[in-house]
Amino acid sequence: MNHNDIIICRCEDITLGEIREQIAQGKHTLEEIKRACRSGMGPCQGRTCAPLIVNEIAKATGKPVAQIPLPTFRPSTSPIKMASLLGGDKHD
Amino acid sequence: MIKTADVVVIGGGVIGCSTAYNLAKLGAGKVVVLEKKYLASGATGRCGAGMRMQWGTETNCLLSRESVKMLSHLPELLNVDVDIEFTQNGYLMPAYSEKMAEQFKKNLVLQNSLNIPARWVTPEESLEIVPFLNTKGMFGATYCAEDGHCNPFKVTEAYAQAAKNLNVEVYTDTEVQGIVTKNGKIISVRTNQGNIQTDTVVNAAGGYAKTVGRMVGVELPIFPERHEILVTEPVEPTMGPMVMSFYHNLYCQQSPHGSFIMGIGHPNEPESYNIKSSWQFLRDMAQRLVEILPPLAGLNVVRQWAGLYDMCPDRTPILGSSPALNRFFTAAGFSGHGFMISPITGQLMAEMIVGKPTAFPTQMFDAGRFERGELFVEPSVV
Ligand SMILES: Cc1cc2nc3c(=O)[nH]c(=O)nc-3n(C[C@H](O)[C@H](O)[C@H](O)COP(=O)(O)OP(=O)(O)OC[C@H]3O[C@@H](n4cnc5c(N)ncnc54)[C@H](O)[C@@H]3O)c2cc1C
Ligand code: FES
Repeated sequence: MNHNDIIICRCEDITLGEIREQIAQGKHTLEEIKRACRSGMGPCQGRTCAPLIVNEIAKATGKPVAQIPLPTFRPSTSPIKMASLLGGDKHD
Repeated sequence: MIKTADVVVIGGGVIGCSTAYNLAKLGAGKVVVLEKKYLASGATGRCGAGMRMQWGTETNCLLSRESVKMLSHLPELLNVDVDIEFTQNGYLMPAYSEKMAEQFKKNLVLQNSLNIPARWVTPEESLEIVPFLNTKGMFGATYCAEDGHCNPFKVTEAYAQAAKNLNVEVYTDTEVQGIVTKNGKIISVRTNQGNIQTDTVVNAAGGYAKTVGRMVGVELPIFPERHEILVTEPVEPTMGPMVMSFYHNLYCQQSPHGSFIMGIGHPNEPESYNIKSSWQFLRDMAQRLVEILPPLAGLNVVRQWAGLYDMCPDRTPILGSSPALNRFFTAAGFSGHGFMISPITGQLMAEMIVGKPTAFPTQMFDAGRFERGELFVEPSVV
């Protein structure tokens, strides 16, 4: 079975093969891989794919998983509708 | 790490990479790029990705016009296989007061005299371009169909690859910590990975340009200022151009990927290296957005972040050598529009450094202009 066809980032539709290709090109952090192919930029913001990609980086570089930095997680924790940010100033 | 180089470029953003490529192309010898994190980790990878030719000073019009020309076929120009997502969906810039409309019309005369195909559009015509635009209070707008968007990560990558193909060495995770000078000459650059001997340094450190200047005792009038930005979920293509309103101090664009990218200016943002995101921004952004592009308030925000503008007092970059230290070159102070002018900027820098005649006059970018009081203030910035 060709594992390269497995979807690693389901939000952005990115396969294991594409991730491996980026790592082979010398991109050894989540931030760099994300900027190259959009992995981790989807609605879940990498909550699904980041650990999987970290594993791939660890395998390829021989570094322990704990030494591979995670991207910055910022609020909001899930997508938020802009209209819901309106109002509230006057306790309305 | 390499021990000696002819030119050391500090900063692996789009400006550092473009400058390094152009230096190698002009035969500047051994060129090295030093980046403290990874390529495009600074403002470049955090920017709004917009490119426009609608400017209020001749220099900015020329820099952007020449750069758009180059971006339109950059991969061929650099002989690399990188899709930079060059798209020309235009910029629509609405005017909300008589004064603003007048300034815009003045800008149009200038732009048209430089063959930039921008034009005045009425509120009704604006609706043909962006059907859900709220035209209440609008006097009209300027529109240039050849403005647009490029992917900043990819443009940086393209320049870095092209530079490497010409034997430029790019070191990431390498922070410049000091620059050694002797008798008014640069001797070496000190990094956390070792030292490199060189007599020529290019300061392309973006928001950190002032810090790098201070390493050699050069005081640059460039200061860092946080700007926040967000991206929404992707949706079907619904908005062609970037909408940029100075009245709302806002820009908003749908990227080729379908997501909307938008940001606002904060007039009271203090000088600092802070790039934290704020809750306040989300709310301010949403409030201003519903005023001008109401239906977009229904979109989900998936991420917000911030980056530094490298601000210059006249919002024009400093390009060139330092009057105080021989062969210390600066390419910074882009004041929020350095990405779109990076192709020509890299070329001009390389020409100055190797001592070739520059593609067009550069004295208005000279660091000495502040002392001489010859400022060309760019009026049109968010
Ligand atoms: C929110 C936002 C939106 C923007 N929108 C647009 C837009 O739509 N269009 C546009 O044209 N421009 C836009 N800009 C401006 C644009 O991003 C910048 O002008 C441009 O990216 C500048 O590139 P640079 O290479 O000079 O700087 P940077 O990309 O910041 O690169 C400087 C690099 O130097 C490195 N560095 C710093 N100090 C050191 C050191 N001591 N040693 C080694 N490396 C060091 C940094 O890590 C950084 O990677 C925007 C900026 C922001 C923040
Ligand atoms: S799975 Fe990668 S961003 Fe959601």
